Amino acid sequence: MKKCLYVVGLGVVLWAFNAEAETIFVSLEKDNSIAVVDPLAGKLLKTVAVGRRPRGIALSADAKFLYVAVSDDNTIKKFNADTLTELADLPSGNDPETFALSQVDKRMYVSNEDDSQVSVIDVDKNTVLTRIPVGVEPEGIAVSPDNKWVVSASETTNMVHWIETKTYTRVANTLVDPRPRALTFTADSKQVWVTSEMAGKLMILDAKTKQIIKELVFEVDGVTAEKIQPVGVLVDKKMQRAYVALGPANRIAVINVANLTVEKMLLVGARVWNIAFSADQKYLYSANGLSNDISIIDLEQLKVIRSVGVGTNPWGLAVKP
Amino acid sequence: MSLLHYMRAMQGIIGRELWRFITQRERFISALVRPLVWLFVFAAGFRAALGLAIAPPYDTYILYEVYITPGLCGMIQLFNGMQSSLSMVYDREMGSMRLLMVSPLPRWFLLLSKLLAGAGVSILQVYVFLLIALMYEIEAPWQGYLLLFPALMLTGLMLGALGLLLSSFIKQLENFAGVMNFVIFPMFFMSTALYPLWKLKESSKILHALASYNPFSQAVELIRFAMYGQVNKYALAYTLGAFILFSSLAIVGYSPSKGMMARKGMG
Repeated sequence: MKKCLYVVGLGVVLWAFNAEAETIFVSLEKDNSIAVVDPLAGKLLKTVAVGRRPRGIALSADAKFLYVAVSDDNTIKKFNADTLTELADLPSGNDPETFALSQVDKRMYVSNEDDSQVSVIDVDKNTVLTRIPVGVEPEGIAVSPDNKWVVSASETTNMVHWIETKTYTRVANTLVDPRPRALTFTADSKQVWVTSEMAGKLMILDAKTKQIIKELVFEVDGVTAEKIQPVGVLVDKKMQRAYVALGPANRIAVINVANLTVEKMLLVGARVWNIAFSADQKYLYSANGLSNDISIIDLEQLKVIRSVGVGTNPWGLAVKP
Repeated sequence: MSLLHYMRAMQGIIGRELWRFITQRERFISALVRPLVWLFVFAAGFRAALGLAIAPPYDTYILYEVYITPGLCGMIQLFNGMQSSLSMVYDREMGSMRLLMVSPLPRWFLLLSKLLAGAGVSILQVYVFLLIALMYEIEAPWQGYLLLFPALMLTGLMLGALGLLLSSFIKQLENFAGVMNFVIFPMFFMSTALYPLWKLKESSKILHALASYNPFSQAVELIRFAMYGQVNKYALAYTLGAFILFSSLAIVGYSPSKGMMARKGMG
């Protein structure tokens, strides 16, 4: 009986430890490298050179591979996520900035900013399946969790383009407020949340009608409107709270999804850009582009618990459980 | 003299000070209003500042009001220390000081008791201030509130000893205005209470040096670190050293044969 209790106890301890032990990869735009951070210890573990101007960064669904868009090398590099050894160069097209990975069929959708198109890549075969024309300067891109839609935001045309994954064709466009830079689907694939950098606004699009159904303009006490430039946006799995990085306002807005109100403004580093959840969604990590650090936010307490220096111009983050 | 005599005398002095503090409601309110005005009005004006750079003991970016809170705790104790010195001058003018000084107990013990009483009152004020600040979402970890107690005791004693030392030089109550102009204001503004040391260094190296050697700065840093459950050893040693120096000089100042009291004919 005693032995049994020990085993259960040890199991609980190990589970608890593993639940929090994860690694954050941060792309450093100016350092041509990625930073590897242990969020539990709040420490930068190492920096690994990856190529020129790394920006978009994501892990495969099984967390075995890390993909990094190295824009000035015109490729997306594939790394072994454990050893960080380079495995392949994906044919991303020119100047890849951001990309989205389908967790279902191993497709990668890449925003080619200079060519105004979205490239579709088979990541296993390392081939381009097609290139889809979209608006000028596409940036934010996301795949719906049900794998039916890809949405691409073009920051100069001010549109969200709806691409059907079955046919790889653009079937609709939604006009949104100026400079939409980031967007995300809700877990039920029914809504797309888009941020407008210039309007300081969040827009919610209905995936069925492709129309804007709700809007939220951000305000921060003591911060001028021109500094409020929403970029990275995430909605949690339970669809209770959403988080929007407000760029040079140095804040992350915590939004109550049910009534679309700002619950709290969290102070983070300078020009917060992209954000990422921990695997258990108990923490949120933000890349603070101008203060050269990332902030770690405890989402149960809604508190910024630590900021960790990582290197020059952190752009995006990927979290490995 | 037995230990009981000492205890009774200390109890009397501390009890009198606490009673005086509790019954003088205006004093309590004004002691709280001062830092609250700084927190809600002055700090609010600087709220637009987009966070202060990370410096220990803080792990991340903080708003200005979070930064100045430990400084305002120090401010409460600084004013309280000076208020105690004012009351010493008043007591001396009213003659109640003589009553205290004719006690058969050693003078250093009486003065130390007086200091403890003053520090106790200031700690009470600080905790009430922090409770109000807590409602304004300025919070520290609970361990910080515990560690704050011994830190506040030392800083309260040090600032009280400074007040005591000054009171040994002040002949009349009217001269207290000079203490405000030449001691309280320079000590407060030339410290880390309102601005971090690195910020002062950016504007003036002289100001930076003056602020680093200002014992009030070290008291504020001791409070700041304690609030976040940390011990700033340098600030601790500096504050302790300043307390020993100020209290020794105050004891000499109040000595009937050597000090200022003899010269003023009050020994």
